[in-house]
Amino acid sequence: MAEEMKDLALEVKNLNIRFETDDETVYAVNGISFDLEKQKTMALVGETGAGKTTTVLSLLKLVQSPPGVVNADTLKVVGNDVMKMTATELEAMRGKDIAMIFQDPMSSLNPVMTVGEQIAESVMLHEGLDEKAAMEHAKEMLALVGISGDRVNDYPHQFSGGMKQRVVIAIALACRPSILIADEPTTALDVTIQAQVLELIKKLKDEYKTSTILVTHDLGIVAETCDIVAVMYAGKIIEYGSLEEIFNHTKHPYTEGLFNSLPVMGGDRSQKLKPIKGLTPDPSKIYPGCTFAERCPYATEKCTQGFPEYKKFGATHIVACSRYDEPDFHIERKEID
Amino acid sequence: MSEVLLDVRNLTKFFQTPRGTLHAVDGVSFTIEKGKVLGIVGESGCGKSTTGRAILRLHEPTSGEVFFEGRDVCKANKTEMKQLRRDMQLIFQDPFASLDPRMAVNELIREPLIRNHITKGKAETEKRVKELMDLVGLAERLYNAYPHELDGGRRQRIGIARALAMEPKLIVCDEPVSALDVSIQAQVINLLADLQEELGLTYIFITHDLSVVYYFADDIAVMYLGKLVEKAPAEELFKNPVHPYTKALLSAIPIPVLGAKKDRIVMRGEITSPINLPDACRFAPRCDFACEDCKAHDCALEEISPGHFVACHRWRNFVE
Ligand SMILES: Nc1ncnc2c1ncn2[C@@H]1O[C@H](COP(=O)(O)OP(=O)(O)OP(=O)(O)O)[C@@H](O)[C@H]1O
Ligand SMILES: Nc1ncnc2c1ncn2[C@@H]1O[C@H](COP(=O)(O)OP(=O)(O)OP(=O)(O)O)[C@@H](O)[C@H]1O
Ligand SMILES: [Mg+2]
Ligand SMILES: [Mg+2]
Repeated sequence: MAEEMKDLALEVKNLNIRFETDDETVYAVNGISFDLEKQKTMALVGETGAGKTTTVLSLLKLVQSPPGVVNADTLKVVGNDVMKMTATELEAMRGKDIAMIFQDPMSSLNPVMTVGEQIAESVMLHEGLDEKAAMEHAKEMLALVGISGDRVNDYPHQFSGGMKQRVVIAIALACRPSILIADEPTTALDVTIQAQVLELIKKLKDEYKTSTILVTHDLGIVAETCDIVAVMYAGKIIEYGSLEEIFNHTKHPYTEGLFNSLPVMGGDRSQKLKPIKGLTPDPSKIYPGCTFAERCPYATEKCTQGFPEYKKFGATHIVACSRYDEPDFHIERKEID
Repeated sequence: MSEVLLDVRNLTKFFQTPRGTLHAVDGVSFTIEKGKVLGIVGESGCGKSTTGRAILRLHEPTSGEVFFEGRDVCKANKTEMKQLRRDMQLIFQDPFASLDPRMAVNELIREPLIRNHITKGKAETEKRVKELMDLVGLAERLYNAYPHELDGGRRQRIGIARALAMEPKLIVCDEPVSALDVSIQAQVINLLADLQEELGLTYIFITHDLSVVYYFADDIAVMYLGKLVEKAPAEELFKNPVHPYTKALLSAIPIPVLGAKKDRIVMRGEITSPINLPDACRFAPRCDFACEDCKAHDCALEEISPGHFVACHRWRNFVE
């Protein structure tokens, strides 16, 4: 089949994740499907609680269970079915095939181990290097992220926030994983350090052919680092496409709302920001229609009756919005050619 | 005629630490006119919050003067300080941490009214609580809600209502939207802008997000390691930045427009330790243009064009 021919790093079909706690069930991810080709960087964008972190955690089978319940028709990492893996297979996959940089970098460092030991740990496990060789490798990794190799024996508290974040990246990259998952890797950083980290992620794509999922809510970062964008809202992908399709041919009213909310440097200062009204929906409720309908300026009666089907626009552009059933419908945001 | 509301002269705040004297704020001077917004930007640890707190004397300044409506805040006695504390309010980044979790929305807003004897009698207080909720866009049904039941944007609205309860003239907003999603962030920025218009408020807006201040501020002050390195009207600063640090900072901001990429100046290293600083330009170790002068002695803030201030030995080399 044609699909099998393509060299896919990730294959996700109909992913559903819910959290069953004592007093309620939270529907965090509700039927997500996407593929990620090799050496591509995909952005996963959306507001707090959209299900971004939960989605990427499931790729490493790291969703806490209980309370988490994960279901999917397909969940493959470099061709291997994550749902069927044994504990040993999962251990072998994490760090080697797919590595993750967590949202809160500081909490993923061990305060009583030197940074060198923390980087070496994973290479010794996956590559079978002895301690000495692993420490040498750790020095190289530190240099790669712009920290002098002679600091391998320092402890995390001896580094600044930005440096700690780069140490976390060095650990994630130590085994040259095929896929890198970066969950808001720069949120805690100053723009100048952020620029350094983003440059590094781009360099890895070119040099090691890494495929990346970058979770972020910053559309500026997306514009500078990603090839593909998936916009998530309330556990669903509501718009998906190439960078060009999403930024210059925006289709979904929610994506438009994100752009309108954003202060753009150099933009018209006399224009007020146009935030999306209202709040994100309650994730413990099941909505019969489009989850964005109650905040959507274009919503009609029909929008509340059944989740919209995905419609294809450009080569890769997919949008979930019923208003496009009407041939003349368009959002306010202008398309750019 | 514009009226100067706040005049900060040579404000300095040092902290004594086991490793030496930490120069958190080091000789910062600026003025803000009534009804204007001054944005203060700069990297983490450069002294933005300490500046805000020292102006309110929440940190006693080490030296320097702060004139609020012509009165020297640093010399104010207890009674005068009480009034000044009402005139100048502070809003924090993390509204959650600054709100008592056991108090409902109405109690949180009522508390400053009662504590400072701003309203008289139950009926008047009640009326004012409702007015304030309305003013900041908190729906009446949230009257009995607790902070943990609310999202970050609404919690920030409570913080704003509490500040407004004091009927302040100046509000120091310390990263008020940094923890919020973009759409909620835009809602809060619009609210602050509306309140400013309606009530004639003056703001100091502290943030590390330059695109936010670009929208919101009249003047922008850039800080680096406790020093003010550049200050100019917002548009001027973005169009004609002069200090190499300002330029690097501006160039690092990712812009959500395809093809907008400018030449990025990737700065070397990181902000250095603010302890036991030598008499030299603070930015020199990371500056591509640093010369002997920059390393030999520090530079002072100069007005290079009306309203545009720069502290750089070599500024003449950077303007046409
Ligand atoms: N362990 C858990 N137990 C219960 N609910 C959870 C758990 N983890 C996540 N959730 C819920 O699942 C939903 C999706 O959360 P998730 O962390 O994936 O969102 P996100 O898009 O990453 O948000 P953010 O931008 O804030 O990081 C939220 O409603 C969250 O409260
Ligand atoms: N109470 C204190 N005691 C000692 N040092 C302090 C104290 N408060 C702040 N500092 C130091 O003063 C310097 C300036 O801190 P400040 O919090 O003002 O920075 P900031 O610009 O607000 O940073 P951020 O963007 O991270 O909030 C930092 O080096 C900080 O560690
Ligand atoms: Mg998350
Ligand atoms: Mg601060």
